[in-house]
Amino acid sequence: MEKHKLPIKTFLAKFFVNHELQDNEDIFALGFVNSLFAMQLVLFIEQEFSIAIENEDLDFENFKTINAIAGLVERKQVLLART
Amino acid sequence: MISIDTKNLPEKQDKKKQIKCVVWDLDNTLWNGILLEDNSVSLRNQVVDLIQTLDSRGILHSIASRNDYDRAMEKLEELGLKEYFLYPQINWNSKVASINNIAKSINISLEAIAFIDDQPFELEEVGFSCPEVLCINAFNLDQLLDLPAMNPRLITADSKMRRLMYINDLERDRAEENFIGSQEEFLATLKMNFTISSAQEEDLQRAEELTVRTNQLNTTGYTYSDDELKYFIRSPQHKLLIASLDDKYGSYGKIGLALVECQEKIWTIKLLLMSCRVMSRGVGTILLNYIMNLAKTHNVCLQAEFIANNRNRMMYITYKFAGFKETEQIGNTAILKTQLTRIQAFPDYVNLQTY
Repeated sequence: MEKHKLPIKTFLAKFFVNHELQDNEDIFALGFVNSLFAMQLVLFIEQEFSIAIENEDLDFENFKTINAIAGLVERKQVLLART
Repeated sequence: MISIDTKNLPEKQDKKKQIKCVVWDLDNTLWNGILLEDNSVSLRNQVVDLIQTLDSRGILHSIASRNDYDRAMEKLEELGLKEYFLYPQINWNSKVASINNIAKSINISLEAIAFIDDQPFELEEVGFSCPEVLCINAFNLDQLLDLPAMNPRLITADSKMRRLMYINDLERDRAEENFIGSQEEFLATLKMNFTISSAQEEDLQRAEELTVRTNQLNTTGYTYSDDELKYFIRSPQHKLLIASLDDKYGSYGKIGLALVECQEKIWTIKLLLMSCRVMSRGVGTILLNYIMNLAKTHNVCLQAEFIANNRNRMMYITYKFAGFKETEQIGNTAILKTQLTRIQAFPDYVNLQTY
């Protein structure tokens, strides 16, 4: 899971320019999360980690921190490896 | 050979197909002759009238021409047509690449593009790589204005202003490219005013136009007739909200619409849409947040209908990230519900006005 954090952090750093985002910091609490950012985040994760985010994964709980996103990626990859 | 005659097109066309942008070749299409080879070129007879008429219908124009950019732009300026063309692609690349660039820049789908050229090779290449594009042979322009796809049923104040609104967008984009700082800081420099109001009789044409033109940022794709919309604005069980946006560069016009069905204990968002032109302005979620706050004040539950098409995933994500959970699927319609426990505050970079 740790190895997933760096690319996620780098991606998010483009949006939170003047703020060093902590692994457990709630991005929804930091500022306004607009639709375009949300979509770009989902597309980035799908492409970066070659996974498909299903409708049921699209819960804000899965996206609210770097840790949560990395956890989601980990779970999806394990699932993928099993099938 | 692929048929490129306009006369074959009307019956093949989907009745609902609407062209939003016409992409012109230059040599022997817009003008007679070849700019870099002939001593002089002259406009073809009808093109000024075609361009102006379509422009007044709210249809945009662009260019895909293999030519020298500076010489061609100079010529267009001399002919008094330069201001009509958005994102002109004058280069030595394939027309397929040029058309894709235009679609991306204007943020419309290839289905909403018509391409006019005199060279069968170009028409065939575009027709092969982008079958969604309506390809028209430059020698068959007589019926262009009569094609159903070139005749939007609704022409509103917003459609007539469309080109100017895109030109304002160009200025904003340039300012954004040169801006150093976060996106939020840039948005703050725009001094945006977002206005939400109950739709009035005079908004209904635009409301209908929005339901017809918007695919990407549209939660259900429902369209309503004029009579239905008139009913909604009078009905105490419905809220028809229309949103507009302006900033220091000018107005974006009426760009958002929501229909909420209000029952005693539960409100249902039947439709929520935003024009794609405001996608990068970070205002898409504001209308939803406004409805969420309103529901909370009225102490009712809030649910939303969602019908997926292959382009509106962003709206699904918008609901989910706003805390909605999918509770059931009825046919192709998903029902999403929220407990209204967490509602995002409105962003600092927009001044919100409601009536």
